[in-house]
Amino acid sequence: METITNNSTLNIQNIRQDFPILSKNVNGKPLVYLDSGATAQKPKQVIDAISNYYQTQNANIHRGVHQLSQEITIAYEHARATVQNHLNAALSQEIIFTSGTTESINLVANSFGKIYIKSGDEIIISEMEHHSNILPWQMLCEEKGAVLKVIPINEKGELLIDEYKKLLCNKTKIVAVTHVSNTLGTINPVKEIIALAHEINIPVLIDGAQAVPHIKVDVQDLDADFYCFSGHKLFGPTGVGILYGKEKWLNEMPPYKVGGGTIKTVTFKKTEYAALPLKFEAGTPHIEGGIGLAAAIDYVNEIGLENISAYECELLDYATLKLMAIEGLRIIGTAKEKASVISFIIEEIHPLDVGTILDKQGIAIRTGHHCTQPLMKHYGIPGTIRVSLVFYNTKEEIDVLVNGIQKAIKMLK
Amino acid sequence: MSIAEIENEIVEEFELFGDDWEGKYEHLIDLGKHMPLIDEQYKTDDRLIRGCQSKVWLHSELKDEKIVFTADSDAIITKGIIALLIRVISGQTAEEIMHTQFVFINKIGLIEHLSVSRSNGLVSMVKQMKLDALAYKQMKSYKL
Repeated sequence: METITNNSTLNIQNIRQDFPILSKNVNGKPLVYLDSGATAQKPKQVIDAISNYYQTQNANIHRGVHQLSQEITIAYEHARATVQNHLNAALSQEIIFTSGTTESINLVANSFGKIYIKSGDEIIISEMEHHSNILPWQMLCEEKGAVLKVIPINEKGELLIDEYKKLLCNKTKIVAVTHVSNTLGTINPVKEIIALAHEINIPVLIDGAQAVPHIKVDVQDLDADFYCFSGHKLFGPTGVGILYGKEKWLNEMPPYKVGGGTIKTVTFKKTEYAALPLKFEAGTPHIEGGIGLAAAIDYVNEIGLENISAYECELLDYATLKLMAIEGLRIIGTAKEKASVISFIIEEIHPLDVGTILDKQGIAIRTGHHCTQPLMKHYGIPGTIRVSLVFYNTKEEIDVLVNGIQKAIKMLK
Repeated sequence: MSIAEIENEIVEEFELFGDDWEGKYEHLIDLGKHMPLIDEQYKTDDRLIRGCQSKVWLHSELKDEKIVFTADSDAIITKGIIALLIRVISGQTAEEIMHTQFVFINKIGLIEHLSVSRSNGLVSMVKQMKLDALAYKQMKSYKL
């Protein structure tokens, strides 16, 4: 058998021990989990933090005078500071806890849209956006009579920056693009995209859902106005996410949901809203979500995002070459800058069929349009098979995948 | 043959494969390749079943008081699943089709439980077949 060399400094077998689910059998076969782009698995450090919260820390935050409430308030605010440091945000109040990327984008579309978007204005997104970064803007445009403009892509799945430059004009009010494409893996030049918009004082929102698990994000270096991500793709719990927003924007924007916790004073005539970040955090938050997310960020930082990026790059190259060698397989998305996400189709075989046969072999991948129907339309395909790799995956697993695909082709042709 | 008899026949057929999932799937794929194909003229958007990752076209017509189904799909495993459904209910009366529980599905251990099989469109297909049966039944009762 061919020996697989691993140039990484990471001890992957030790890392895998941290993820209890990875030792599970599925359909009688060892699980090969290649769907972390949909949701990542959780290390025991995160699971323990959540369990510990319920066993020893549970109380409501920002409300009680009692000891437990004060302790968990401190822990929750510490979690916010962990996110702040991780993104290198200037201020902790620029970090808003949400339920996920989807809610973060909806928050901005609703709140920013309410005061800044009017009839005839333009909003720029791109052709490779997830539906979550299309629909809130589309709905806003319909409500306000504004116009959605779309940055096109080339055949490799890269944004056409020259076309973007042409779209930017005095009618543009906000630009919203993804950092990393969930379907193609393309890493977009968001720093350049932001700089170009800033030349004419237009704010930019970055959908970072697929970026934060793979690359170091520095919102000040990017100069992003808004940056959104989800906890569950970053090895944290589901139901928690982050909206980073520059303080000046968040201060001007009205609350998006209102209720307990968002106010300074309430009378039936007039309510004065609380300062940031509580203004945007109505109701009792997903407390264990915040605690779990902080544990996930600590975990990722312990391994080191630079080590993670280097190892994932190695995995991506290995998988790309192995997959390309399969007859009839075509990779969709061949951008120069890519995160460890590979979409592909196989001649004359429906992605769903391949997914079903892989599942029987314990291999978890995703099939379908990946919530990017306009992108599928661009390529003229109904969907793809998507493999998303993270640092707990191995080259041996990629070999299992390749054998699994070959078996599927044999059965389905 | 009655619906129950056909279902039993299918269960016995798949039991032959025991735990051999590859054998079961190969058989299913083979059934898909030989199923009663929908006439090309009926492969229209209004006959597409929603809720499937793959495209599924279903057509039904009344022949001697019995409902006859034909279908097609762009995914071969999906096609095999429809072939099984068609084998069970095509040529039965509207009344019988409406009351079919498709008990064979859980017994052959091949396709996940009905209620969770959204992605392969099984639920949508069963629903559409029953809706067609209901429509024919109502048509008939109006005539009476």
